[in-house]
Amino acid sequence: MKVHRHLRNVTTLAYDPDRCSGCGICAEVCPHAVFEIGDSKARITDRDLCMECGACARNCPFAAISVRAGVGCAWAILLSELKGREAPSCD
Amino acid sequence: MAETNMDQRGLPKRDEGRDGNAEYWILRRIQTAAGSIPVVRTELSGKDILGKVKARFGIGRMSYHITPGLYAVGNARPNSPVLVSANYKLSFDSLRRELSGLDAWILVLDTKGINVWCAAGKGTFGTEELVHRIKDSGLDRVVSHRVIILPQLGAPGVAAHEVTRRTHFKIAYGPVRAADIKSFLAAGMKATPEMRSVRFNLKDRFVLTALEVTNPFKYLVIITAFFWVLGLLGLHILSWKAWYPYLGAILIGGFLVPVLLPWIPGRPFAWKGWLLGLAWAALVDIGQGLLPLTAASWERAVANVLLLPAISAFLAMGFTGSSTYTSLSGVLKEMRYAVPAILVSSFLGIALLAIALFQGL
Repeated sequence: MKVHRHLRNVTTLAYDPDRCSGCGICAEVCPHAVFEIGDSKARITDRDLCMECGACARNCPFAAISVRAGVGCAWAILLSELKGREAPSCD
Repeated sequence: MAETNMDQRGLPKRDEGRDGNAEYWILRRIQTAAGSIPVVRTELSGKDILGKVKARFGIGRMSYHITPGLYAVGNARPNSPVLVSANYKLSFDSLRRELSGLDAWILVLDTKGINVWCAAGKGTFGTEELVHRIKDSGLDRVVSHRVIILPQLGAPGVAAHEVTRRTHFKIAYGPVRAADIKSFLAAGMKATPEMRSVRFNLKDRFVLTALEVTNPFKYLVIITAFFWVLGLLGLHILSWKAWYPYLGAILIGGFLVPVLLPWIPGRPFAWKGWLLGLAWAALVDIGQGLLPLTAASWERAVANVLLLPAISAFLAMGFTGSSTYTSLSGVLKEMRYAVPAILVSSFLGIALLAIALFQGL
């Protein structure tokens, strides 16, 4: 399967392995397989595949993951700029 | 057909918006410890399909929703699985049509008629609504187990551990696509990596652009047809020769770039659009006999190169929101360069056109 890639080194995804219990929920919810479980802890496979949906961070019971979640949509960003809203969303 | 005029809370059935009909997709009702629950059909009717086509084309999409709450499929029993969905009718339909032959419960959240992924992003498919809906529906009295299955794409809005803490229901994240539900259930609620990942193949992009993205372009077709008819009548207000370069640039940015996405070199969407737009501008210059450049025609030739790729780049950039792999940070970075470049290029192109027009007078 062809893996699409957007820009490199842009994601705000941050992961602290010291807080990780290895429960695996991050690997379960990520739509792009950015996390995998190895050696009883989660491991990042390829940060550049992250689309910042925020599913991992929200579902991590140990707050080991953080990310600025948002929509990767140019129209939403333009609209939020024009309307002076803070966070772009699909309206 | 045992239909009733009451909804599941015993209130008179709500009119289903623009369809003007009661819920024709309800088969019968069953009695549970939490009251009477509607049993839904698992085959879609012609009306469901017509509704799907209309919603896809943006007709009445914002009011295509159903009443939130608990529904049943087949002979749902206390030990049957519980699947959670959004109250956008298209989301609900794509789930129930995959449940034929199964006994299950569907818990529909109030997502204001928005699909699971978008609602999760907004938080309406979220922890609060899920906790509220579990309690409001009396789910703990209807089922004997304590597991609910959520679509994986609802995860950005729902903190599973939080829901468990507040309701004692555990969350199992199901597959991304409803079509995989049966395999997921048959495998003892295990999803394969394939079921967990979002796809974006040629067919997905083609359908998406054909149905959704080109939707605003219907106005273009109308405008084109309008000027064409005027031309036939001898009124050359906007000639085809003056119009087709822009129509081409719009179709390239809005349709061709999305379909050919992975094969166009470079990563930013705006860049991909600009590249194909540039090729188009070159073709237009050749087609309009503007090459080689002459003192009389250079403004129009250069204006094409400044304007047409800018239009394609802008529309291609807009496809980031329809793609399944761009992040907010990535699109912000791309826009930081693309938006000023598009604006400057367009401004210069329009200025040159104005000069050419002025000289032509």
